[in-house]
Amino acid sequence: MSAIAPTPTSIPAPSAHGAFPVPQPLLNDFVLTVATVNGSGSQSANAVLFRAIFQMGVPVSGKSIFPSNIQGLPTWYTLRVNKEGWIARRADVDLLVALNPESVAEDLRALPSGASVILHSDLKSMLKRDDLKVHIVPFGELVAQVCPEVRLRKLVSNMVYVGVVGWLLGIELEEIQKAIVQQFGKKSKAIELNRNAANLGYNWSAEHLQNDRMLQIRRMDANRGKILIEGNAACSLGFLFGGVTVVGWYPITPSSSVIDNLAALLSRYRHDPETGKATYAVVQAEDEIAAIGFVLGAGWAGARAMTATSGPGISLMAEMAGLAYFAEIPAVIVDVQRVGPSTGLPTRTGQQDILKAHFLSHGDCRHPLLIPADPKEAYEFAALSLDLAERLQTLVFLMSDLDLGMNLWSAPRFAYPEKPMDRGKVLSAADLERLKKFERYRDVDGDGIPYRTLPGTRHPLAGYFTRGTGHTPAATYSEKTADWTENLDRLAKKFRAAADLLPAPVVEVESKGDVGLIAYGTSDMAVKEALDLLRREDGDAPGYLRLRGVPFSDAVRRYLERHRIVHVVEQNRDAQLTTLLRMDFPEFASRLRPLLHYDGMPLDAKSVVQKLRQARA
Amino acid sequence: MPSAPATPPATAKAPALNRAGLPLTAYRGLPSTLCSGCGHDAITNMIIRASFEMNLEPAQVAKLSGIGCSSKTAAYFLNQSHGFNGVHGRMAAIATGVNLANHTLLNIGVSGDGDTASIGLGQFLHMVRRNVRICYIIENNGVYGLTKGQFSATADKGSTLKRGEVNEMDPIDACALAIEMGCEYVARSFSGDQKQLLNLLKGAMRYDGTALVDVVSPCITFNNHEGSTKSYKFAKEREEALHDVTYVPDYEPFFADYDHGQTHTIDLPDGARIVLKKLDRDYDPSDRVRALELLSRARDEHLFLTGLIYHHKGGPKPLTKQKKLVAEPLATLPQSRTRPSREVLESIMDSLS
Repeated sequence: MSAIAPTPTSIPAPSAHGAFPVPQPLLNDFVLTVATVNGSGSQSANAVLFRAIFQMGVPVSGKSIFPSNIQGLPTWYTLRVNKEGWIARRADVDLLVALNPESVAEDLRALPSGASVILHSDLKSMLKRDDLKVHIVPFGELVAQVCPEVRLRKLVSNMVYVGVVGWLLGIELEEIQKAIVQQFGKKSKAIELNRNAANLGYNWSAEHLQNDRMLQIRRMDANRGKILIEGNAACSLGFLFGGVTVVGWYPITPSSSVIDNLAALLSRYRHDPETGKATYAVVQAEDEIAAIGFVLGAGWAGARAMTATSGPGISLMAEMAGLAYFAEIPAVIVDVQRVGPSTGLPTRTGQQDILKAHFLSHGDCRHPLLIPADPKEAYEFAALSLDLAERLQTLVFLMSDLDLGMNLWSAPRFAYPEKPMDRGKVLSAADLERLKKFERYRDVDGDGIPYRTLPGTRHPLAGYFTRGTGHTPAATYSEKTADWTENLDRLAKKFRAAADLLPAPVVEVESKGDVGLIAYGTSDMAVKEALDLLRREDGDAPGYLRLRGVPFSDAVRRYLERHRIVHVVEQNRDAQLTTLLRMDFPEFASRLRPLLHYDGMPLDAKSVVQKLRQARA
Repeated sequence: MPSAPATPPATAKAPALNRAGLPLTAYRGLPSTLCSGCGHDAITNMIIRASFEMNLEPAQVAKLSGIGCSSKTAAYFLNQSHGFNGVHGRMAAIATGVNLANHTLLNIGVSGDGDTASIGLGQFLHMVRRNVRICYIIENNGVYGLTKGQFSATADKGSTLKRGEVNEMDPIDACALAIEMGCEYVARSFSGDQKQLLNLLKGAMRYDGTALVDVVSPCITFNNHEGSTKSYKFAKEREEALHDVTYVPDYEPFFADYDHGQTHTIDLPDGARIVLKKLDRDYDPSDRVRALELLSRARDEHLFLTGLIYHHKGGPKPLTKQKKLVAEPLATLPQSRTRPSREVLESIMDSLS
């Protein structure tokens, strides 16, 4: 599972389930896993549970571990409730809802002693342990009572477990009802059917089950002003408000919902109020090569253009990525990272595309990366990526991942962009008339960023010829070595200029000593929790700097200067960001200690703690 | 900075200006670096002449190309226009993006047989299927020039390479495939048939949608030998025009006597027309099955038929009309039209909380 196995000397974090002689009730601090079959409609039920807990003001997170198929394979949904707000994935399960005959034996076997189980009565015979608190529920009989239509029963039975779980955990029935309305919107028949199912589950449990109230949700006020959103949807909102105009794409898990959501938002909010015409175009391409081709053509012609994809799509976009770099064309690619080549593990998460995206294509090229850690940043960085692409006239990657993209997160409300859009250095016909001169690739301002004109600009000086071949500052063909190196050096200068335009790294935890830690993206929550745990239990934890982009700014250099040891937490096998840091800061290479996690599951605090303790020993 | 068009000799009369107020020289590009006698240069000249006679404003044209000898020629005409020499076989996608970003531009795409029918076949067909507005020119010589003479996918069965190798496979016929994909304007011509090519290009430039002009353009260096079916000799001897093609601009009077059973008239946007005058064959270019049958026979019998092979309204709407875009180019819409209001964000946030 993890890069380094836990050492026998490591002290396990105290946990209440079964580890202590007198069990204490777990108030707002436990993990619930629902094991079902993919395609059975459990997603809505799980969202209702999530939402009901969220509405009670309790910090909660949800992680869906699902197979790459539409129907029939096992799927798990894990809700973590934590009053302190630690909502990274936690591997131990306190309550299991076991509904899947395929996985039930293994699901039950993996539970810690003393854990609770809600077990489908059909699966009773699979129970081989006597150290679990088991609640057997006849889901089949119950659903038949509320759902006369046989074909809907599989779907509706999920809402029965919502009622059972609600009763067991003390989730207010009213909040469940509210969440159902929110989930099903205007579909009144679905609302009624699901309400009845949840009610039945709740009431039946009250009559038939024992509740020792060891796992309880108690109302808090931690979610005031917060929203619930998936990272991909947050990203779509960023592009909507960032003023995207052309979207080219090809479907691929886990990125498809970025565009599906975006297309829905655009169709709702981006039609001219007078004419009803669209101020955007979304075109589904025949493959990722064409998708990035649309983006380059549109970016060259002046549109704010983007695409979204995942690892295999990135590979197909490689040639065009190099063209964007050399011809200096604004473009944005959202990479929702997933595991492996080809099909790999398309429904598991990771940070395995960092190096590939950064160096994508042939020849010398480096692309700026933006790395959001949460939905708020996914929203902000999406809009920012369009600005940066136009400002820098280059390809910009937004490096999301499946954990952020496809799971529901609670987040602060998004702020309206206060700054006007940055359309970069574009010369108009009037500018050309004034300047009397235009050289497409001349570094006029000393920042490596040249000026461009858009096709359609009515001025005899406006036109130029864009090519991937060697060119002079005046955009004429050249095979002279000096022209080539000067151009490469200017592009490197432009790349360095990007460092100060990207979001600055954030000191999340001040360093007390000379040991620091660098992490990025969705490792954030698990790292923060791990450091908190170490501080409380060991009285010692490294500081933490969160990177939000590549290239690295001077603040990163200073951080490396100040620390004797810097752990780098990454969700990949080969320490990809560490490699970049070592390349750009060779003088500090030996200070960097990669801490790697690459099993496809979202990072959890416990494994970070174990690895940091091991490193200390 | 683009270099200024060559100045005419001092003794010359003031050059004739077109309706855009420009001389023919304003439509020229850089000097060609292709082999002397290359068919592509003749096509370049016809693009220049057609642009001049069509009164194009250089700023309203985007020149697009892929990779290959043909794709280099985008630098040899319309020097004042923006040009984009992309990557091999991917001009179709780039053209699609340009069209979406600014649908007021006329895309003139120049590609080759390798660029279109080999590496770029998929993109080419999907572009046609979407009906992207473009005048798409294939400079078709059946051979890879820049890599020194390998067969391309349009090489005829039984034709030979200069070094003797025989092609055993049937050619890919871009015209036939384009018709299958719903292309409404499909023409084939010969770089040596200047009058016909000029008129077909004009029609293609005026067309609202994908217009294909597949031009057999002999490669003087690698495919002009005995045994080639794309040589000057073969093309000159075998070319059979399906009809006489005349482009009639909107500002010229249209004579009704064009239409006496001997001609076929095609209406283009804004009042321009193409008139096809019957020659030896009785050919109706609006019949799709007939067009495909003709191309199939031409392939089997090594006929070289030129003219407007197919024209029929009935394809999908041009892509930007399918997408119901606003009248102005998306590229230059102001922020007030592309960033929804604060209230919109707040209402979305409310719906998520």
